[in-house]
Amino acid sequence: MKLLIANGYVIDPSQNVNAGRNLLVEDGRVVSLLDRGQPAPKDAEMLDATGLIVAPGFIDMHAHLREPGQEYKETIATGTAAAVAGGWTSVCAMPNTDPINDSPAVTRFIIEQGERADLANVFPIGSITKGGEGRELAEMGEMKLAGIVAVSDDGRPVPSAGMMRRAMEYARGFDLTVVDHCEDRSLVAGGVMHEARWSLILGLRGMPAVAEEIDAVRDCALAKLTGARVHLAHVSTRGALDAVRRAKEIGLPVTCEVAPHHWTLTDEAVAEYDTNTKMDPPLRSPDHVGAIIEGLRDGTIDAIATDHAPHHADEKALEFDQAPFGITGLETAVGLAFDLVKQGVIDLERLVELCSIHPARIFQLKDRGTLRQNAWADITILDPAFRWTFEASRSKSKSRNSPFDGRTMTGAAVATIVAGRVVYLHPDFARITEARQNAASMK
Amino acid sequence: MQSIKTAESQLRWTRKHLLSLEQLSADELRFILDTALSLKEVSTRSIKKVPALRGRVVVNAFFEDSTRTRVSFSLAAQRLSADIIDFSEKTSSTNKGETLIDTARNIEAMGIDILVVRHGAAGAADILSRAMQCSIVNAGDGAHEHPTQALLDALTIRERKGRIDGLSVAVIGDILHSRVARSNIYLLTKLGATVRVAGPGTLVPAEFAELVEQGLRIERSVEDAVAGADVVMILRIQRERQDAAFFPSMREYAVHYGLHPEHLKRAAPDAIVMHPGPINRGIEISSEIADGSSSLILDQVTTGVAVRMAVLYLLAGGSRDGFTEEQNGRAKKEKRERKGNKG
Repeated sequence: MKLLIANGYVIDPSQNVNAGRNLLVEDGRVVSLLDRGQPAPKDAEMLDATGLIVAPGFIDMHAHLREPGQEYKETIATGTAAAVAGGWTSVCAMPNTDPINDSPAVTRFIIEQGERADLANVFPIGSITKGGEGRELAEMGEMKLAGIVAVSDDGRPVPSAGMMRRAMEYARGFDLTVVDHCEDRSLVAGGVMHEARWSLILGLRGMPAVAEEIDAVRDCALAKLTGARVHLAHVSTRGALDAVRRAKEIGLPVTCEVAPHHWTLTDEAVAEYDTNTKMDPPLRSPDHVGAIIEGLRDGTIDAIATDHAPHHADEKALEFDQAPFGITGLETAVGLAFDLVKQGVIDLERLVELCSIHPARIFQLKDRGTLRQNAWADITILDPAFRWTFEASRSKSKSRNSPFDGRTMTGAAVATIVAGRVVYLHPDFARITEARQNAASMK
Repeated sequence: MQSIKTAESQLRWTRKHLLSLEQLSADELRFILDTALSLKEVSTRSIKKVPALRGRVVVNAFFEDSTRTRVSFSLAAQRLSADIIDFSEKTSSTNKGETLIDTARNIEAMGIDILVVRHGAAGAADILSRAMQCSIVNAGDGAHEHPTQALLDALTIRERKGRIDGLSVAVIGDILHSRVARSNIYLLTKLGATVRVAGPGTLVPAEFAELVEQGLRIERSVEDAVAGADVVMILRIQRERQDAAFFPSMREYAVHYGLHPEHLKRAAPDAIVMHPGPINRGIEISSEIADGSSSLILDQVTTGVAVRMAVLYLLAGGSRDGFTEEQNGRAKKEKRERKGNKG
């Protein structure tokens, strides 16, 4: 089966392409990038991408798909449906399911459910420790054989430096990246929002920024000691970014990701006790948000990840103290990332690096994060000018817990292609391309 | 028969809920205090009742222990002739499988006008105000605010000192966990007082100075905070809110952060001492001060009823002069006449 994505503008920093090209794919793989005039096979199906950006498929390094165990919040089918609607061709599934993904059996189950849903690629992340309890190493080698792409105890950070050291040393033997949720629990102690002026005003218990910074500094030091590849998840503080910056300066294999809500909102958003503003790490004060923007601009931040964390509406309709942490993110991340482009923080090439090239490299996903010949034909098609409003009630996710309900954004993924197959087309895609064609012909 | 004086401000009360003092203007705060002062006289009459809220239903929903606040709201509602029902649920309703919002909606479904809420979680009253149709009064939510306590403190101060503007108020103790401190800081600074806080470093975070734009200072010691103070406000050590140790022992707290007679010598000559209660004698306040002539602790309780009457009255949208004795008399007469007609 052949597909020609015609008349689009291809941005693929992995091979320094930033030009009008036609992209030909066949049997799930990239065949070639053709110049506009070059003839294409007659038997290829055509997708007209006039005026649109064609990029290597976006890879979400950090999502909670909740299956197995919490299917009332999300399933792999609904989660990947939300993913492709948001422009993500691959989703890395965090292991804090029930049971925890600490064994090859659970890993295989997640992969099979992903195949059954047949939308986005699902790459499981295994837990660092058994049961995610921080005490004994999980079977990383067995899970790697079953298909995990990294290890993490996300949500329940490895508390002891000694345990983390051992995990890094062991993971290195299997060439697995260790992903850490940096948070010193003794400092957070029951906190529910960022500790600063707003937590004092609202009378809510604070989670100080140093709790993240201390663990980030610890992990960078351990990366130096062990030589392991370390990736810091959803970095939200100036201190943690400074630690990553220093680690990179001395050449350590340390990378980090940031989630869209951490550059979009500040802790002031909690002012009405809306539980959809409760997540971990929490929304931070403007100084930290400024540091995130700086990190996106200067390259300290390697990736954008959603930290998609669906929760049932009933669980969120509680007192702020009692509601669970987390918000959905798969369908809003790309729209919010376009804000950064509009503000001049990043350009489109960097956007593609952050969402595709780097995630593939950090988790060593072979033949992804690029549109080179013979790479997987995972493709995200973007319309930077498309104005749209996110309505949580129409989300493909099973859950509705988003602080961005009703937000109007400019820029969206309008088509998502996985292994050469169109798995998502924006309902208005035909109208969008028609308008573009008209605009193009008038020029 | 003498009519009571009504508040003089031209302001028209428009708010449906009383959730926090942070969101009220100085004019609104004065308006509540003026209204409370007018209503205070009712409690001194032989028949302590006006018909202002006749036929209205007020529910006290207390999800956390309280004696004086609950009784105070009950008395306030009764003196306004409202029907008052107490609902206490000490264990978190979620433990029983029912959420706070569901519990409150069930109460509301019985047809109520005002829900007075005390809850251990900050923001509980805010959440209910968006989930329900009736008026909500925040009677204390976690470490967030306790608006009526601060209002009664302010009225007590104003009655004794004649003003709030320009006063120096020392607030001593556990600021971090205190909703009373937060509400008082907003109210007092909005009305022109200077607030100086002191307590153990673990309970008085430096960021607190940023809570309001001006008028708040953090002092290093109790001695510094009370120097020249017109009012000394002592906060209760809330043992139930401290699941981690914020200071080594009660003994040490009493020595370094309890209020002793020597402290008062540094305060202004006619300084007054206040405490929201219940007091821990010998810990945050010595009995000598609590029972001494400068203590207004019991006056605070008395004033509390009037303040809560004012709040219920304003939220129920009662007319300005619905609580005069003349009207009280007229209402009785009408009632008699109606009865007569029926008969």
